[in-house]
Amino acid sequence: MSSPRAEFVAGVTRIAPALLGTVPFGMMIGVASIAAGLPVGPATAMSCVAFAGTAQLATLQLLNAGAPAAVILLTVAIINLRFQMYSAAIAPHFRHLSLPWKCLLGYLLSDNGFALAIVRFNREPNLPHRHWFYLGACVTLWLTWGLGCLAGIFLGAQVPPEWSLDFIIPLIFIGIVAPQINDLPHVAAALTAGVVAIAAAGLPYNLSLIAAALAGIGAGAIVERVRA
Amino acid sequence: MSLWWLIAGMTAITFLNRSGFILLAGRFELPPWLRRGLRYVPAAAITSVVAPTLLLDHGSLDLTPGNLRLLAGAAAALVACRSGSPVATIAVGMLTLYALQAWSD
Repeated sequence: MSSPRAEFVAGVTRIAPALLGTVPFGMMIGVASIAAGLPVGPATAMSCVAFAGTAQLATLQLLNAGAPAAVILLTVAIINLRFQMYSAAIAPHFRHLSLPWKCLLGYLLSDNGFALAIVRFNREPNLPHRHWFYLGACVTLWLTWGLGCLAGIFLGAQVPPEWSLDFIIPLIFIGIVAPQINDLPHVAAALTAGVVAIAAAGLPYNLSLIAAALAGIGAGAIVERVRA
Repeated sequence: MSLWWLIAGMTAITFLNRSGFILLAGRFELPPWLRRGLRYVPAAAITSVVAPTLLLDHGSLDLTPGNLRLLAGAAAALVACRSGSPVATIAVGMLTLYALQAWSD
């Protein structure tokens, strides 16, 4: 019964509710990119090609602080480490595919697309054409994200700098992270990262960010271990 | 030009993060200690980016009520924890900042 086409359409349909969150997030990133002083061309490329989500915000922040490219790239790598977790979880379901397929599906991996696909794949482990389901969901998300960012870039260019729209960047971060800090290990991770980021702020090349992130990750893991 | 190289680098790194394990075709698994650490990446990495923007003023710690961004950020964090809504968080944060700016002028 399930053709590649039907699976693709099912993916598009099932991801649709998540798009309600993707559009405003993309728009915010677009606005923030312009507010941070990025020209329209690179702002568009960063959103539509790098497709790095939260890591783009960190990049904007670091560019404004004058951090060197190596530190920015290392920060991008750390923030996007969560994708490794998703990639490892979904890899067994794509084992039989060709290399171009794996590259395409890997490039399109996103928080929402992963969450949708892994739940279905785990429930129906022998689903044929499962990659078409994932492709439908993830391509739709990627396109919507790109369009949302473009709308934000266009809007951002119309807004005068007095509106302090660059403040949207830390606010987006707060919206993502504050609800997650709901148990002791997460409190330890955030608190350690915050204290180290401030205490080490004098380090050259904005290395304090990387030191703080690693210290926070370690603190979270240690507290979890001690409590277990 | 260097901005374009930076974006190319971001694309490559993000791509490798995303597809690494898919390309390895499940031949490797993450060790448990690493998986445990990865769970705290968002809380740690994001806080390390946000804390300086709210707490530092030209490189020195500013915990006074004159630090409007800190106050607006705290209001936003409260809303984020209560509502879990990113849109409400941003709206409250921006409006608080505007109100404080208008009031302190």
